[in-house]
Amino acid sequence: MAVEDRRVGLFMFLPAVTFIVLLIGLPLALAIMYAFSDARIGSTSFHYVGLENFRSILQSPSFRDALRNSVVFTVAAQIIVIVASTILSIALAAPFRGRRFVRYLILLPWVAPISLGAIGWKWILDSIYSVITWVLVWAHVFKPYSAPMWLGEPKLAMASVILVHCWRLIPFSTVIMLAGRSAIPKEIPEAAAIDGAGFWRTEFLINVPMMLPIINVAVLFGTIFTFTDMTVVYILTAGGPFDSTQTLPNLAFSTGIQGSDLAAGAAISLFLVPVLILIAYFMLRAAHRAEVT
Amino acid sequence: MAVVEIKNLTKVFKEGTLGAVNNVNLETKEGEFLVLLGPSGSGKTTLLRMIAGLEKPTSGEILIGGGVVNHLSPRERGIAMVFQSYALYPHLTVYDNITFPLKAQKVPKHLHKEKVEWATGLLGIGKLLSRKPRELSGGERQRVALARAIVREPRVFLLDEPLSNLDAKLRASAREELEQFHSRIKTTTIYVTHDQVEAMAMGDRIVVLHQGEVCQIGTPQEVYDDPADTFVATFLGAPPTNLLEFSEVIVGFRPEVFLPSEVIPGSAQAIFRFRVNYVEYLGAERLLYGTIEGGNFESKEKEIISRLSWTMPSGYEAGSVYDFAAADLDLRFFDRKTGKRTNSRPRPWQ
Amino acid sequence: MQRGELREIRNKLVQYAVLAIFAVLLAFPFYWMVIATFKQNIDLYNVENNPFKFNLPPTLDHLKLLFFDTRYVRWLGNTALVGVLVVIITLAFALPAAYALARLTGRWGQRLGIGIFLTYLIPPTLLFIPLSRVVAILGLQDTIWSVVLVDPSFTIPFSIWLLMGFFKSIPKELEDAAMVDGLTRFGAFVKLVVPISTSGILTVVIFTFTLVTQEFVYALTFISPESQQMVGVGIPIFLVRGDVYFWGSLMAACLITSLPIALLYNMFLDRFIAGFTVGAIK
Repeated sequence: MAVEDRRVGLFMFLPAVTFIVLLIGLPLALAIMYAFSDARIGSTSFHYVGLENFRSILQSPSFRDALRNSVVFTVAAQIIVIVASTILSIALAAPFRGRRFVRYLILLPWVAPISLGAIGWKWILDSIYSVITWVLVWAHVFKPYSAPMWLGEPKLAMASVILVHCWRLIPFSTVIMLAGRSAIPKEIPEAAAIDGAGFWRTEFLINVPMMLPIINVAVLFGTIFTFTDMTVVYILTAGGPFDSTQTLPNLAFSTGIQGSDLAAGAAISLFLVPVLILIAYFMLRAAHRAEVT
Repeated sequence: MAVVEIKNLTKVFKEGTLGAVNNVNLETKEGEFLVLLGPSGSGKTTLLRMIAGLEKPTSGEILIGGGVVNHLSPRERGIAMVFQSYALYPHLTVYDNITFPLKAQKVPKHLHKEKVEWATGLLGIGKLLSRKPRELSGGERQRVALARAIVREPRVFLLDEPLSNLDAKLRASAREELEQFHSRIKTTTIYVTHDQVEAMAMGDRIVVLHQGEVCQIGTPQEVYDDPADTFVATFLGAPPTNLLEFSEVIVGFRPEVFLPSEVIPGSAQAIFRFRVNYVEYLGAERLLYGTIEGGNFESKEKEIISRLSWTMPSGYEAGSVYDFAAADLDLRFFDRKTGKRTNSRPRPWQ
Repeated sequence: MQRGELREIRNKLVQYAVLAIFAVLLAFPFYWMVIATFKQNIDLYNVENNPFKFNLPPTLDHLKLLFFDTRYVRWLGNTALVGVLVVIITLAFALPAAYALARLTGRWGQRLGIGIFLTYLIPPTLLFIPLSRVVAILGLQDTIWSVVLVDPSFTIPFSIWLLMGFFKSIPKELEDAAMVDGLTRFGAFVKLVVPISTSGILTVVIFTFTLVTQEFVYALTFISPESQQMVGVGIPIFLVRGDVYFWGSLMAACLITSLPIALLYNMFLDRFIAGFTVGAIK
């Protein structure tokens, strides 16, 4: 490769790399520094305090709730999403009239801004005016005014948060799976049909195993989107009731920005890193395996 | 009883357009190797897929083993198919690939092993059982595909151009393996190809298809020596049959029968003034390309080919005109309008 | 009726049933937004009334409130402006970088490409605390310029990834021919590759714009005053007066903001998916 080419390449590439280093790498380093300091909003003091921040947040019950919830919400949501989007992608695979329109409808939760979808759900799950409550009362499952408070009772609030996350992710997962499905050569399911496989055998012993790399991608992205999201909880419950829906990003926000304790906030958000590293490892491994085959 | 019968089978993909398959009738003979031959777009693959149940006919009937199967799904038809790409399940080992149809048809587990051993023994792939398809060569993949097909002991084998993905060197040995395979198991086989050499070498009978219609069904000798129309005459054999137009008739003669007049015994021959334009020396034979001069033939610029084996006299050079001829018995006549074979008095232009 | 035909009909019915259930569950909140937008408050806030139909005639009051009595239009303007600016910045950085990665860096290209991809795994909810300080120090706090500066940090990596795949599909011979004809490598890029990449660039424009409108964390953290806020943060935060939610106007705002974005997104969906799945399927 010509020397001028390499120089030009570097020039073309450098601005983007510089930007990313300055706006991602630098803040990351800062976050780590803050976590070991006593930084606060509005004060210029900045002293090294060792593991003090970590010690205090690890003892805090709010933090333990947040950590537990982050993991529980993410795992629960992924399981539901994978099952649902597998079923939905099977249903969408065979062509039919109006497919484009149905696809548009199904995609709405993903393409609408997160905050707006969450607000919509907040209205649907409202303690008094919830349409779900109305339907259940109308079906005589509950007596009027005795229906549960969907966002007001801890277990129900957790379920609601998981529900909204699933609602957002199912379209995304489904579309990725459809792409994976279309990459399967047409002759493979035909050979299975001739070999005597019925619908279920073909789907679960042939198609789904061949889609495993794609399902992998969907799970990894879905995990990131759920685990690192603060918007849904912020709008639906703000972490309540009684910290039952508190998550790591939300706790970091309320401690660091609303509570002005930058150091503690940074320390909390750093707990996202182990999971992110794990995901990075799996993604790299999957990419490497795709190269080998 | 014929294993496979096709009655008036038609397939139209888009309303108002010409069908991919038009009113095809054919019947296989027990245990034969039947070749569906035609250029791309002739409908041969569509026909095969309808027999397999992967495509629904627009009209007509398909019978396997005497019973109508139109409404049956592929797995209920007792057939096996080998695809052009072999379609081996990439995530399963060779062993699991071969036992997949057994499991799907709920064959009892204790019978699996012996069936697999029988199938892999026939094809000599016993030591490949634990490999995955991506670790196999092209020829090995064909053998695994055949083993998977045969392990269920189907009534009919359907093969969709299995040799076209192999490179030329491999193709010859793979073809030989297929022929041996067929002679050993003797299952009725329907084989689709566009390669007329393959068809002639392998087929017990050949079905020549053109634009969705059957032109001729016959043994390799019949379709070669006795073509039913100009398409069959030119599609089989390379270089193709020479065709000359004269009033209402087309006269055809193969390059290998178009020889120097002296070489052809007797006087019952059609003599032409042949201007040679160029010569190709191919070792065992020579090809002379030229045009016919004189006579009352239309399209005087039509390229005519003569095929001289190495035993024939040499010395024919480009630029000269010679007396070349074809014996009367080797002339074939076709109707100018329909292209179909017709009779004519010998040498009607004289 | 033959057995085969019966089975086909049953399968179709199951397929339609599954699709209907999912379509309803997923699209229902938007249907709900439509109803709430036009329902009179007396109707809306009445627990006895059937929520699925208009018990009193529909009204435009919520829309009027939204457009004339709130800063919604201002937020739309802010967001649109930020969107346009971020698109320009993103294209300026990502186009050359993607080209360099696709063409010029050989095996390093693969590694760097994966490196870029890994920056995805560093989420805003990790960086927002230090970034809030950076923004404050730069004096951009409480202005739209804070998000104009920070948003490209997540739109540029994604755009590089998208464009890289796109450039790789353009045959190298085109630029080689241009360079033989006298253009420099950069000249070939500007005069040849960019003009024929309009569909790839358009995809990046659309997705960058939608990513900006979806953004919540940074806008919430960096901008406090109502008049400077983005639409994604303004609607859930400022359409609430005290403890009172103006649900009718809220739903109207959600609807009006979501549907056009959804339309745009849909048109470019296949390209988007290619961006996510390039590594996994070959």
